[in-house]
Amino acid sequence: MVERYVMSIDQGTNSTRCILFDHHGRLVSVAQREHQQHFPRPGWVEHDALEIWRNLQRVVPEALSVAGIAAGDVVAIGLANQRETTVLWDRLTGAPLGRAIVWQDTRTAPLVEEFRHRPGDDFFLERCGLPPSTYFSALRIRWLFDHVNGLEQRAKDGEVLFGTMESWLIWNLTGGADGGLHITDATNASRTMLMNIRTLTWDEELLTFFGVPRPMLPGIRPSAESYGDARTVLPGIRITAALGDQQAALFGQTCFSPGEAKCTYGTGSFLLLNTGTDMVRSRHGLLSTVAYKIGDQPPVYALEGSIAVTGALVQWFRDRLGLISSAPEIETLARTVEDNGGCYIVPAFSGLFAPRWRSDARGVIVGLTSYITKGHLARAVLEATGWQTREVVDAMNADSSVALKQLKVDGGMTSDNLLMQFVADVLDVPVVRPMVAETVSLGAAYAAGLAAGFWPDLEVLRRNWHRAAQWLPDMDPERRESEYDNWQRAVERSLGWIKPPRRT
Amino acid sequence: MAGPVQSIERAAAILRLLAGGPRRLGLGEVASSLGLAKGTAHGILRTLQHVDFVEQDEATGKYQLGAALLHLGTSYLDVNELRSRSINWADALAARSGEAVRLGTPLEGKVLIVHHVFRPDDTLQTLDVGALLPLHASSLGKVLLAFGTEPVESALESGLEAYTRHTLVAREQLTRALAEVRELGWAAEVQEMSMGEAGLASPIRGHGGLVVGAIGLSGPVERICDNQGRPRSSLVTLLREAARAISRDLGAARW
Repeated sequence: MVERYVMSIDQGTNSTRCILFDHHGRLVSVAQREHQQHFPRPGWVEHDALEIWRNLQRVVPEALSVAGIAAGDVVAIGLANQRETTVLWDRLTGAPLGRAIVWQDTRTAPLVEEFRHRPGDDFFLERCGLPPSTYFSALRIRWLFDHVNGLEQRAKDGEVLFGTMESWLIWNLTGGADGGLHITDATNASRTMLMNIRTLTWDEELLTFFGVPRPMLPGIRPSAESYGDARTVLPGIRITAALGDQQAALFGQTCFSPGEAKCTYGTGSFLLLNTGTDMVRSRHGLLSTVAYKIGDQPPVYALEGSIAVTGALVQWFRDRLGLISSAPEIETLARTVEDNGGCYIVPAFSGLFAPRWRSDARGVIVGLTSYITKGHLARAVLEATGWQTREVVDAMNADSSVALKQLKVDGGMTSDNLLMQFVADVLDVPVVRPMVAETVSLGAAYAAGLAAGFWPDLEVLRRNWHRAAQWLPDMDPERRESEYDNWQRAVERSLGWIKPPRRT
Repeated sequence: MAGPVQSIERAAAILRLLAGGPRRLGLGEVASSLGLAKGTAHGILRTLQHVDFVEQDEATGKYQLGAALLHLGTSYLDVNELRSRSINWADALAARSGEAVRLGTPLEGKVLIVHHVFRPDDTLQTLDVGALLPLHASSLGKVLLAFGTEPVESALESGLEAYTRHTLVAREQLTRALAEVRELGWAAEVQEMSMGEAGLASPIRGHGGLVVGAIGLSGPVERICDNQGRPRSSLVTLLREAARAISRDLGAARW
């Protein structure tokens, strides 16, 4: 029998990757390309959507040729993507209208301030499960309409299409201006602030509020369903799944039951807890989001805690401070000292996300003395990720009826043993890494394979999950508490740094 | 015997030139100082940059000596970097072979475990990262000794301690075994460290083929070896594929 494969495309914040998985969910081949990060002004982060599309066109054939696999052996394609990053493009020419505005971009902060004041968080929470934040796409569309001449009118006239990255890529893969499918999935749509979290349809009141014309929006589809065939790159192969990257990771970690949670440690980190078919509204600063929707089954929901800066702090340490030459060296440097030496870094580069949601916070390094070396700073960099995880887990435990028993982890930072041990230490629960660290890609592949009939059901996928490593808590409880207290005092010092705009 | 290799002589001259002054030099200055065509000088500079012996300033495009030259005597690949670059392949190897996977690098006359992937059967296992193994009694150690990552003297200095009756305790035995490892391209350890346990290991190579570490499988002897006590060839194949894939990612050309 000829071996067949599922192709996963992970369009992430830093790179676009193509990974092939076999029937056992084992990784067979990887190809990836990074794209440029544009920082035109402080707080602004942009990507070139065309560069990303070109990268996709390159990584797909690369992944096939590395493994010696013919296009015809690919059963289906699934996409996972950086969420909320906003692309607008011309329906007729397919040309992006300016650069994509990335989820980390904080230019909409004044709008957030305004909307939280009026109509207030509840207006939004009731409809889309999200409070206003610089994070979500609708505010970016509003910002673009307010700042780009004639754009709003062109959108009303039906000349402009909006999408997050999966919409942009699926549209291009299925023909682009020549009849391309303009669709998104429920997980991605749940991050726009435009979708009603219960009905999974575009919410008229939210569309009116943000002034977003209906014709520019993609159709909302299930996360796993046959959407249509690719017409370029892999012509004739079905595209059968799309999920936001964090939901894809939850799926790849096979967190299919209520109470199961995972945290993906990348540029930012994202903790998602499956809450089943119940939509739980957080009282502790977490987001309600769609976890996945398979075909015509009812949607499954999740609570999410997003941390803006984790791996990005290591990158900053490497690229901006130049204290290390590669990200993994942070562990080497951190191990040159025994502890943080009393130093804490709160990486509120673009404010603090869950559970605090403070856009007025900015980063601080506290506890500096002449004793502090770069080794202590490296410790503080890693510990910042651990403590931010702890704050989110505390919020989840407060919102959910059962306390977290273990944390499944994935993402690039899980190769850092010192960090993973620290996470287990500060959470006081075991931290478990699965055999396939690439859970984002695996989740998209699983969803695509389910929809294509390559795998029969969730149970089969669950049996593919194996533990690759486990870190057990090993920290003195008194030390844990006093360090947590220090961290919280450090966070206090980061708040309120950005002055509120004067109201007129 | 062949004469000196011209491009290496030129590379050495470029390094001496860059080492000569505190100032960074542009391509034109390097070429004219040494009487080389710009294209030739550029090719050599790019190669030196590729192996981190030379760095190019992003803003001015000028060249200076690279940090790697200062650390020639020490391991040039950070162990945490090695783990990070190997993690996908090590996972895939564990998933395919059904056995535990470990990566080792030399540390003070021992093998330091820098990465460990559990056997994928979800039984209770503990992470071995940070543990030290004897060079002469482990397949990971034999690879490091055979390919010169760690000098044989350091194993001899630590003493060839007998862990089981199968441990190689005589110098000649070890020398012969290492020659065989070089010939085969992989190493085995069958009940040499603990009875009932076996392991296989293969070299991970970096730029220019230099062996920077070893990757290995280990488990109960009856699973690693066939009923004649020989390592299973299917496992050897999977192991060597993983080692080659990591080596390719690290920039080893031929593997």
